[in-house]
Amino acid sequence: MVVNGREHTREIEPRLLLVHLLRDELGLTGTHWGCDTSNCGACVVWMDDVPVKSCTVLAAMASGRRVRTVEGLEGPFGLDQVQRSFALCHGLQCGFCTPAMLLTSRWLLDHNPDPSEGEIRSALSGITCRCTGYENIVRAVRHAARSEAGS
Amino acid sequence: MGHGSMLRKEDARFLRGRGRFVDDIQLPGMLHAAVLRSPYAHARIVSVDTSAAESHPLVRAVITGEMLADRGLAWMPTLSHDVQAVLATDKVRYQGQEVAFVVAENRYAARDALALIDVEYEPLTPVVDAQQALAPDAPLVRDEIDGRTDNHIFDWEAGDAAATDAVFAAAAHVSACDLLYPRVHPAPLETCGIVASSDAVSGKLTVYATAQAPHAHRAMYASIAGIPEQKIQIIAPDIGGGFGNKVGMYPAYLCAVVASVITGAPVKWTEDRSENLMTTSFARDYHMRGEIAATADGTILGLRVRVLADHGAFNGTAQPSKFPAGFFHTFTGSYDIPAAHCRVTGVYTNKAPGGVAYACSFRITEASYLVERMVDVLAHDLGLDPAAVRMGNLLRPEQFPYVCATGWEYDSGDYARALELALEMAGYDELRREQVAQRQAYEETGRGTVMGVGISFFTEAVGAGPRKMMDVFGFGMADGADLRVHPSGSAVLAVSCMSQGQGHETTFAQLVAEELGISPDDVEVVQGDTDRTPFGLGTYGSRSTPVSGAATVVVARKVRERARIVAAAMLEVAPADLEWTKGRFDVRGVPGVGVTIGEIARAAHSDLELPEGVEGHLDASCVYNPPNLTFPFGAYICVVDVDPGTGQVKVRRFVAVDDCGVRINPMIVEGQIHGGLADGIGMALMELIAFDGDGNHLGASFMDYLLPTAVECPSWELGTTVTPSPHHPIGAKGVGESATVGSPAAVVNAVLDAIGVRHADMPLTPAQVWRAVQGRPMRTDLAVSDGW
Repeated sequence: MVVNGREHTREIEPRLLLVHLLRDELGLTGTHWGCDTSNCGACVVWMDDVPVKSCTVLAAMASGRRVRTVEGLEGPFGLDQVQRSFALCHGLQCGFCTPAMLLTSRWLLDHNPDPSEGEIRSALSGITCRCTGYENIVRAVRHAARSEAGS
Repeated sequence: MGHGSMLRKEDARFLRGRGRFVDDIQLPGMLHAAVLRSPYAHARIVSVDTSAAESHPLVRAVITGEMLADRGLAWMPTLSHDVQAVLATDKVRYQGQEVAFVVAENRYAARDALALIDVEYEPLTPVVDAQQALAPDAPLVRDEIDGRTDNHIFDWEAGDAAATDAVFAAAAHVSACDLLYPRVHPAPLETCGIVASSDAVSGKLTVYATAQAPHAHRAMYASIAGIPEQKIQIIAPDIGGGFGNKVGMYPAYLCAVVASVITGAPVKWTEDRSENLMTTSFARDYHMRGEIAATADGTILGLRVRVLADHGAFNGTAQPSKFPAGFFHTFTGSYDIPAAHCRVTGVYTNKAPGGVAYACSFRITEASYLVERMVDVLAHDLGLDPAAVRMGNLLRPEQFPYVCATGWEYDSGDYARALELALEMAGYDELRREQVAQRQAYEETGRGTVMGVGISFFTEAVGAGPRKMMDVFGFGMADGADLRVHPSGSAVLAVSCMSQGQGHETTFAQLVAEELGISPDDVEVVQGDTDRTPFGLGTYGSRSTPVSGAATVVVARKVRERARIVAAAMLEVAPADLEWTKGRFDVRGVPGVGVTIGEIARAAHSDLELPEGVEGHLDASCVYNPPNLTFPFGAYICVVDVDPGTGQVKVRRFVAVDDCGVRINPMIVEGQIHGGLADGIGMALMELIAFDGDGNHLGASFMDYLLPTAVECPSWELGTTVTPSPHHPIGAKGVGESATVGSPAAVVNAVLDAIGVRHADMPLTPAQVWRAVQGRPMRTDLAVSDGW
């Protein structure tokens, strides 16, 4: 599979979860594990450009696919706009849900460059944040949308 | 330069996925552990056969209670003068209790081996209903304690019972209400975990753990395991939320240490979500009967409370006060109530131990909910407006410092101003008009929603704490701070508190920057490593700013005074002739003649001749003993729309006016408030740990234990007043838990206001709201059927 543009080949147990492959085998610890039941969303990564919850994806299912994690958000010209906006709007506290929030926000803005507050809340509703009360995360996504529209 | 909304320094790593949480840590040769847990709430252990697990090719060790007993480690002390089983030996006392600990070469193998352990149980009848725990025929939870014949833990009271009874006897009006604050869980997104690494040669134990209080953990390992304290290093790396869940020591931590000693390898244990929700640090579980005495026009005369506190199978509340019910006797809240009395009875049940976690300030959440619900019940019974009843009874500014009927000395407050601001922001009168019109429309058509407005006013007591009232494991609650100033004038601050997302690396740098007149970028903050930080008791109970923050300011001022002496030597004047303005000492009355802190730092490390007795350098350390708690407060107003046909609640608006004294970084303070408000929505509307008749835990995953998402939360409307604390060096108060303490009552009051019901217990799920509308709200903590 190709992770953040880099090809990896591994022999794995059929039951190995994608989140554990990324974290334990590839050392990409930005993807977090939080609940095992697809509820908290801390493990969101992109698989072939679609956000998935990697705690309920078998690593074997990612064979031959493209995976993008939070480590792959920053580009050659610096942080992605959503990363900058989260910092500017204080959209993170403990940082545990942040990678999933960033990846989901990036996906949202790629598909809907000018989302309403309701659309943002709906898009992020699969990820739990225990720190921010979501307020500044929503503001950060709107900020990122505005910044990208202006640039 | 110092205080103000500054972007966070720690964000750079979190945004890139470069945070370092306990489960991210990989050490060479590291093994992985899993815990075998009891499927029963109450059962005698007949036998434990680990032979099949031990012969698993990837298993390196299996630890049982019997093995721990041989080392004197089968039981460990709790923070509430009780003991707790590390691994069960005689019987299991709650579902999910630790029975065996498996160490294997990878996480999956450790889990596989759990299935190979054969435990024979003899099931016993569990004590599930706290209200039946003291019944004469109740099964005995703690039969291992000699002479114990019941499940009673403690009786404790505060206030003057006789004087309160007299007030009630003479009062024109008394309202009474039974209230349950159900069992909930802090559920930080990162679960608890540990990597224990024991070095057989040096005897050093290095522990990486999700520890909100690293120094307290070190002391406990030293005491329990007999390892010399200087050989223990606790490192709390980044913590993915704590909310109290990561204050205490858990059995699996101790098992990991033992396993590392036995195997000679580092051992990692990461709690899974079910283990987290079932076994570590629940919160609340208070069954309360409140009575409020008042005049006919709503002047509150007295408050009387009887509490049954469900502490689970071991009294393991991680709270520092000398009172078994923590700070519950702040239950007079924000009102001038002349007579008050509470009596709290703690009981053992077959449920997990814990009790004060989840941002509750050691039971102030329960206390605040009690009084704010009772005020609404009073207003309901007297047909008065709840805002007016509050305004008429709030403490007045001239009453501060105010000693309440149960003995707390509130440091400062201007309560009416906060409530007035909240009412104005909410447009309270207009909301009430809208409510009347909407209610009328609903009654005419039988369709649509009804809206409700709920108010709560809270007073918190945070910054534990004064020695006379508090200690943890026998340690007074003073915090140290060390400040080193490099020759360039940049600085390193080491503090004992530990961020779990609160942004200490930024806020504490700002505190130093403000005092020394340097940039926060030039201050590095060290925390969460017992070898690198001074002793102190960690972060919980909103104590970082009130205690460690105060220590930081005091130590920075010490450095400044040392700098004054060096500056005097540099300028060849008397220290008293120097005047400090942000970042420099100038000679009084001689404009332009002075030195900057950077120049002073350089000189302090140079060959400059210093006065007799002055050592050089600028470094300093201090220990801060808080003289009192700080008492932040706030006025919250929640607006909800309820569909009486389905019981569905939509939180339309939430106005929160918080006064936490001087704000160091307002951006961070507002973020703290936002998070706590979401917690309030969660507890009021969905979060719940209930049990069935067999003691099965009914909230053991996020499919069952519901947390608010972005969709259930409104856009929070915040307001600010600033009433400085008179005793904190910069007038700051704690804030981390304010919104969690204050908000549940506002939400509940709003929902009940909408449906016109006097009381129904949390969580106000659609089912509970619908039943309340039908006049039959249910008891939420037990899965019981009453025929509906």
